[in-house]
Amino acid sequence: MIECVNLYKTYVNGDVETPVLKDISFKIEAGEFVAIMGPSGSGKSTLMHILGALDTPTAGSYILDGKDVSKLSDDELADIRKNKIGFVFQSFNLLSRATVLRNVALPLVYAGVERAERERRAIEALTAAGLPEDRFSHLSNQLSGGQMQRVAIARALVNNPSIILADEPTGNLDTKTGDIVLETFQQLNKKGGHTVILITHEPYVAEHAERIIHIQDGMIVSDKKNFKRIETHHYKA
Amino acid sequence: MKIIDIFEETFSALAANKVRTALTMLGIVIGIGSVIAMVSIGQGAQASIESSIQSIGSNLLIVMPGAQRSVGSQVSTARGSATSLKLEDATAIGNEISGIKGVAPEASKRFQVVYSGKNTNTQIDGITPAYSDVRTVEVDSGSFITDQQVSAGSKVAVLGPTVREDLFGAEEDPIGQSVKINKIEFKVIGVTKAKGGSGFGSQDDMIFVPISTAQKFLLGGDSVNTINIAAETAEVMTDVQQQVTDLLLERHKISDPTLADFNILNQADIVSAASSVTGTLSALLGAIAGISLLVGGIGIMNMMLTTVTERTREIGLRKAIGAKNGDISIQFLTESVMLTFSGGVLGVAFGWGASFLMSQFAGLTTKISTSSVLLAFGVSALIGIVFGYYPAKRASRLNPIEALRYE
Repeated sequence: MIECVNLYKTYVNGDVETPVLKDISFKIEAGEFVAIMGPSGSGKSTLMHILGALDTPTAGSYILDGKDVSKLSDDELADIRKNKIGFVFQSFNLLSRATVLRNVALPLVYAGVERAERERRAIEALTAAGLPEDRFSHLSNQLSGGQMQRVAIARALVNNPSIILADEPTGNLDTKTGDIVLETFQQLNKKGGHTVILITHEPYVAEHAERIIHIQDGMIVSDKKNFKRIETHHYKA
Repeated sequence: MKIIDIFEETFSALAANKVRTALTMLGIVIGIGSVIAMVSIGQGAQASIESSIQSIGSNLLIVMPGAQRSVGSQVSTARGSATSLKLEDATAIGNEISGIKGVAPEASKRFQVVYSGKNTNTQIDGITPAYSDVRTVEVDSGSFITDQQVSAGSKVAVLGPTVREDLFGAEEDPIGQSVKINKIEFKVIGVTKAKGGSGFGSQDDMIFVPISTAQKFLLGGDSVNTINIAAETAEVMTDVQQQVTDLLLERHKISDPTLADFNILNQADIVSAASSVTGTLSALLGAIAGISLLVGGIGIMNMMLTTVTERTREIGLRKAIGAKNGDISIQFLTESVMLTFSGGVLGVAFGWGASFLMSQFAGLTTKISTSSVLLAFGVSALIGIVFGYYPAKRASRLNPIEALRYE
């Protein structure tokens, strides 16, 4: 359901061309939990931007749910993000002066969903992301880092996307909280059947996934199943 | 994105920074408020001048004698000194000119007036009964001059309220008493209502007598000082003025109109001359206030640009979760319009209050017209659009990837 065929991305700055992605091809099936791992500067962020329909490749095609999204306009890309992609960022990116519920419901505002329905789905997503119910009406800047990331995960889930893209989701968290967040992704993948793509530079984080795509200097150096998967059990949904 | 959601997002964004929102709005409040207050002063001045001009009568043409020249001579005497306007001219105008409602000739001069030891010097105005309609003079008590009294040359007088005050005081009833004008006894038959000073000589400091009596006993001769003509409507005034000019030129046997021995004042001309003065005043005041509005608008733009920069990451996030460029743009535009429009509403209230206070305590005549209020709302919304457009465009064009990385 995700298919990248000979993807290239080159940044042009004046006369200088900087190739960032070189001939990337892979497939991810629905329900997989994949980590894309590589050091900084390897091109993994650029790849994530293309997978998340924030950017388009210079050459090659990116097929999402049978549709080629590599040559769409800004507005068409926005529609893809609205309906098929859920983002989780390293720095959470919550609206600090808005309540948890409003933060989670925000994607539905742009999707034109009615208020009552927005609230119902936001509560559902927050429950799935494991945030305690007494936090729902808090302002998001009153939460701990781990709770904020769960709100961000709920926001990514709320429009029931085809893929959840998590960009270094544990980067701003301590190890223990990070473990809880990673386990949340595992649970969502296992129980909810969500496709999760984790972008990270840390092998420890990547090893929570079922499959690891290793990327270096803009090329895939390895793509294999993860046999020593880490599964922790702090999480109580 | 639904309209109600746009408003909710906008409201919470503005509420998030209340002090800044209030200060920025204040610029518009002061701008709109001062426009409303300034324009109200200008329009008030205009209205009061127009009403004082209207108080001398409506659709009025005033024929006055010009400079007289003797036949074959090019030596002119002083303007107004000609004695060429006669009572017959007034009669002829009444009979031959179409489109007029009334003609009132007037012969006047100042005399000493005495009543039981008190005396005053005032204008004695010889008139016909038509004068009361043409110049809108109303009788307060007693009666006005009648046609009979004019044809009989009766020695009767109608006093203006100022004269009545000077000669009789507030208590005594002047009706039926006799006053001496230039040592000739006149019986007082009425007192007119106060009209107030009109800028054309007080209509209250006068005594009206029949024109025939005035000519016979006081002035001598058969010339008149003024012929007042009331046209039926404002539209026919120019036409009536032309007809009167032609008729009088013919009657006075003058072939060259530039040598006419009379002048015709058209009330509409006076009104429009006065209006153009007050119009300039309004425009000047409005322009000064408009500058403060412009400054307020720049304040809006400044704040919106700051907001866009501050909220770069938020914009990036909104785009990442599916907001289109148009959604972002409309959101910021709504924000600035909501700011300026609510500033406009407060500004109208503030301007109204200011103009009320000015009329109460500074004694200025002020007038707030619906059109200036509507204009203020329109202008405030327009300022929001004009000064919000660029920041909104800038927000909508942000690249989501760079916006999300912005520190």
